[in-house]
Amino acid sequence: MMRFLLLFSRQGKLRLQKWFTPMSEREKKKIIRDMTTMVLSRQPRSCNFLHWKDLKIIYKRYASLYFCLAIENQENELLALEVIHRYVELLDKYFGNVCELDIIFNFEKAYFILDEFLMGGEIQETSKQIVNRCIESSDMLQEDDSSEWYEVELFG
Amino acid sequence: MPAVSKGDGMRGLAVFISDIRNCKSKEAEIKRINKELANIRSKFKGDKALDGYSKKKYVCKLLFIFLLGHDIDFGHMEAVNLLSSNKYTEKQIGYLFISVLVNSNSELIRLINNAIKNDLSSRNPTFMCLALHCIANVGSREMAEAFASEIPRILVAGDTMDSVKQSAALCLLRLYKTSPDLVLMGEWTSRVVHLLNDQHMGVVTAAISLITCLSMKNPDEFKTCVSLAVSRLSRIVSSASTDLQDYTYYFVPAPWLSCKLLRLLQCYPPPEDGAVKGRLVECLETILNKAQEPPKSKKVQHSNAKNAILFEAISLIIHYDSEPNLLVRACNQLGQFLQHRETNLRYLALESMCTLASSEFSHEAVKTHIETVINALKTERDVSVRQRAADLLYAMCDRSNAKQIVAEMLSYLETADYSIREEMVLKVAILAEKYAVDYSWYVDTILNLIRIAGDYVSEEVWYRVIQIVINRDDVQGYAAKTVFEALQAPACHENMVKVGGYILGEFGNLIAGDPRSSPLVQFNLLHSKFHLCSVPTRALLLSAYIKFINLFPETKATIQEVLRCDSQIRNSDVELQQRAVEYLKLSSIASTDVLATVLEEMPPFPERESSILAKLKKKKGPGAVSVTELEDSKREGGELNGGGDRGSDTASTPSPSADLLGIRSAAPIGAAPASAGSLLVDVFSEAGSAFSPFLSLFLLISFHTMAKSLPPCPCIVCVWMAFPSFFFFFSFFVFTSMVPFPICSHPLSCGLSAPPSEDPAPPLSEADELLNKFVCKNNGVLFENQLLQIGIKSEYRQNLGRMYLFFGNKTSVQFASFTTTVSCPGELQSHILLLNVQTKPVEPLVEGGAQIQQVLNIECLTDFSEAPLLNIKFRYGGALQNLTLKLPVTINKFFQPTEMASHDFFQRWKQLSQPQQEAQKIFKANHSMDTEVLKAKLLGLGTALLDNVDPNPENYVCAGVIQTKSQQVGCLLRLEPNAQAQMYRLTLRCSKDSVSKRLCELLAEQF
Repeated sequence: MMRFLLLFSRQGKLRLQKWFTPMSEREKKKIIRDMTTMVLSRQPRSCNFLHWKDLKIIYKRYASLYFCLAIENQENELLALEVIHRYVELLDKYFGNVCELDIIFNFEKAYFILDEFLMGGEIQETSKQIVNRCIESSDMLQEDDSSEWYEVELFG
Repeated sequence: MPAVSKGDGMRGLAVFISDIRNCKSKEAEIKRINKELANIRSKFKGDKALDGYSKKKYVCKLLFIFLLGHDIDFGHMEAVNLLSSNKYTEKQIGYLFISVLVNSNSELIRLINNAIKNDLSSRNPTFMCLALHCIANVGSREMAEAFASEIPRILVAGDTMDSVKQSAALCLLRLYKTSPDLVLMGEWTSRVVHLLNDQHMGVVTAAISLITCLSMKNPDEFKTCVSLAVSRLSRIVSSASTDLQDYTYYFVPAPWLSCKLLRLLQCYPPPEDGAVKGRLVECLETILNKAQEPPKSKKVQHSNAKNAILFEAISLIIHYDSEPNLLVRACNQLGQFLQHRETNLRYLALESMCTLASSEFSHEAVKTHIETVINALKTERDVSVRQRAADLLYAMCDRSNAKQIVAEMLSYLETADYSIREEMVLKVAILAEKYAVDYSWYVDTILNLIRIAGDYVSEEVWYRVIQIVINRDDVQGYAAKTVFEALQAPACHENMVKVGGYILGEFGNLIAGDPRSSPLVQFNLLHSKFHLCSVPTRALLLSAYIKFINLFPETKATIQEVLRCDSQIRNSDVELQQRAVEYLKLSSIASTDVLATVLEEMPPFPERESSILAKLKKKKGPGAVSVTELEDSKREGGELNGGGDRGSDTASTPSPSADLLGIRSAAPIGAAPASAGSLLVDVFSEAGSAFSPFLSLFLLISFHTMAKSLPPCPCIVCVWMAFPSFFFFFSFFVFTSMVPFPICSHPLSCGLSAPPSEDPAPPLSEADELLNKFVCKNNGVLFENQLLQIGIKSEYRQNLGRMYLFFGNKTSVQFASFTTTVSCPGELQSHILLLNVQTKPVEPLVEGGAQIQQVLNIECLTDFSEAPLLNIKFRYGGALQNLTLKLPVTINKFFQPTEMASHDFFQRWKQLSQPQQEAQKIFKANHSMDTEVLKAKLLGLGTALLDNVDPNPENYVCAGVIQTKSQQVGCLLRLEPNAQAQMYRLTLRCSKDSVSKRLCELLAEQF
């Protein structure tokens, strides 16, 4: 399973943190520190995988943002890279040309999208269309909160 | 300017985020945040009821502040309120807040559970999914208790929507991982397995994670999943890239599901059913074939997804380890990747080949890539890739290529990254030993290691080379000659001096015939390094010098001169001074015979099978061994299969091949006294004995008969070391070496008498008093009488503890039928799970002057008041001794200190205002009221001592959390001394009343 996903900028500013197992705030802070220093110090065109404690760290840079995903030892590194990529695609589809600012100002949306895609550190839904449909329909719910309306929409 | 906020767009939030981003300094940011917090607090406290939107907005702001790294101590209630809103967007933010700021506050969990329950039964799929997500995110025990029985029902119900099924499957998986005892699959098993056949790919993808986890734990109950998985896999593998619509990822059909299926199959042996197996082999072949096809897209996503499946298939092939054809094909495929332009693929190929190297079918095929791998080690730009290359070289090493690989690794070491040097050194050392045909090569290799990377040569490595040299007389002369030469280098590493000192001290005589390495030349060479070395090395050299006096009487005068000079005999380091004094005295008063006996050559080290691997295999069984350990053990097995060429000389090798690894767990004798001794010093340090145990290493020489009979227990020496008189000591061991000491070499077979069958004695009258001595400290002497001394050393972390008990026989007569039992009486027994104390039995014989050690593992399940009892029975001169003590395990041992500011402290203090939560005692001071003493005691208690909290600086205020398995108990303490009246007032407030009471009792005895 995946253990955590961190998004941080080139300056090491954390933009999103998702922990799939319970952890104390102190541990979290330590991990964030370790990850940012470790990943940011990597040379360009190095491989995207690192060993850290008993976990594998998979990271990839998209524009100014680093995505850093920790997976358990028996998990597949290449697929983890594609988990990151699929998440980026989902963000991109939702925000349209997603950039770091979108994630800063709409952090809650970034969480919602992630929650539709992953759950408990496992893949919940890989279909881009289905995830997007979920997010969009919940956005529509936000615009119009009359409950009769969405029930028709969702079940119809 | 801020990007447009989509959806509902909380304007206030966007403004706040912009403000934070515009802050020029950390201080400005904190100021802005505090302003916002004050604003939100007043809004939440205000009389005007907030509408849902505002509540959502403020909760969202709090969440943002929390994610910036600031503490949030309010707003939880408002977030919980949002959960019951029937507006989706409010509910969603409420759940997000709860998921991110999990709180173990049980009051709140109950409310959250209520909201979840409502949403789960709402039959509104969006609400149900939110609720399931929240359970999975928090995953606490309380939630598992509340929902573990409900979720399987949702998962398999016929009318559940697909999206809910997906969430339910993963939610159940989460609960199963945190509380497996609460998730009972039983009747659902077969329906869950059949989710593999579900039409909806998303449902299968989610469900398979659950099934894989359950299969790993209960393989038999789930084994029907194998054939289902094979047929599903086969359908995916043979589908065209467009068949699966949106589940095709960059022209690769369902890569996630394919990998998960292949992973599930790795929980099982190859299918027994021929048809199923045939179909699976076909799938694997198709996957291998596809790797050769031209890519359907140039995008890296395409090749990643495709290769992810390929690597997973190779893992399965390696797991089966039964299809030579597939194994060799896999190896060839990986061989291609070794030269791929994608760094990621090279990295993974190196890693994957490591496991292939351990299969007898593919070991040879892997070996053909040796040049490529060596090249990778030399030329890869990325250190993590080089690391994999080094791992693979290590894995593919066998007798045929050991010399080449060791040489390459040694030369790589000269430029290797600092981060991997130590590991490389260990690997070289292991390989050199494992495949040494002639031991002169081994000695050369290790000395080269020290020369090239001396700083990274850990003690284990140089201990080991000494062990081997001592045990093999055919290499001793060569070793002496080689170290002598190595020491001639103008700058040589201190580790080299250590090895040189030791070896020349033992075997210098073997090269003394050559005038170029005459005794005096040897001595002068060693002594020329002396002043540049650290204290431990100098101590070792002093021991080498006294051995020289025995080996070469002609050096006696020179060496005595050295020992006598002020820089030795008056050295400020007590260890060096003591050695100098004692060695000088020994050399001047002992006769040649006595010297020869005392300073006899080291006896061979006992052969031992002490590798970590053997221990792991025995302890855990094959399933629990981690991948690398498994690799190692497999490799070992492979070596046995293929290693028929092992010469007869290796049969007498002192240890099994992987022993170097084992040194960490069981140190060689040369090191053992030092480590065991240091424990002893710790334990008895309060008795004022500063006697160093280091000498014991040396004195063990004449004790080898004893040492052999008691391999794990060098304590005899240590106990004697506690008497800081050399002469007493000296006469003792001269005595023992002349008169055979009555030691049975097989203590267990002595069987002097059956264990005493008498009931345990009632606890000693002073047991409570003894216990109280340990409330604020962890180490010390628990009990002592004329016969026996019991020392304790303990450490605690979270709700776990480990206690070392040292039983020292103070007499010169052995204790027979020595048994110890730990029991949990009264209260503890009726709640047997209160304290989980594990013990290992001790040896039934304790020799005169010896000390034995016992380890207890302690787990605190819930808070407790009584202490466990320790009963000790033994026969001393025929009379049965039976005594019972209280083990100093008290609830405060499980404290975690909590730092907090004055404001927080008083807020929490007020929260704990129910009368039974408080315990108070006013009592007379029994001990010094000195500030430093009090502070030390309060810190020893395990809490954090908080400054600037109490308005009266004379008072002490502490805070901590007691960690038990079932819950955490927050505790606040206030101690008010009244120096004039010599009185204290002690007040405790804890979230659990029994804890307040117990802590108050315990502490009232301390001051």
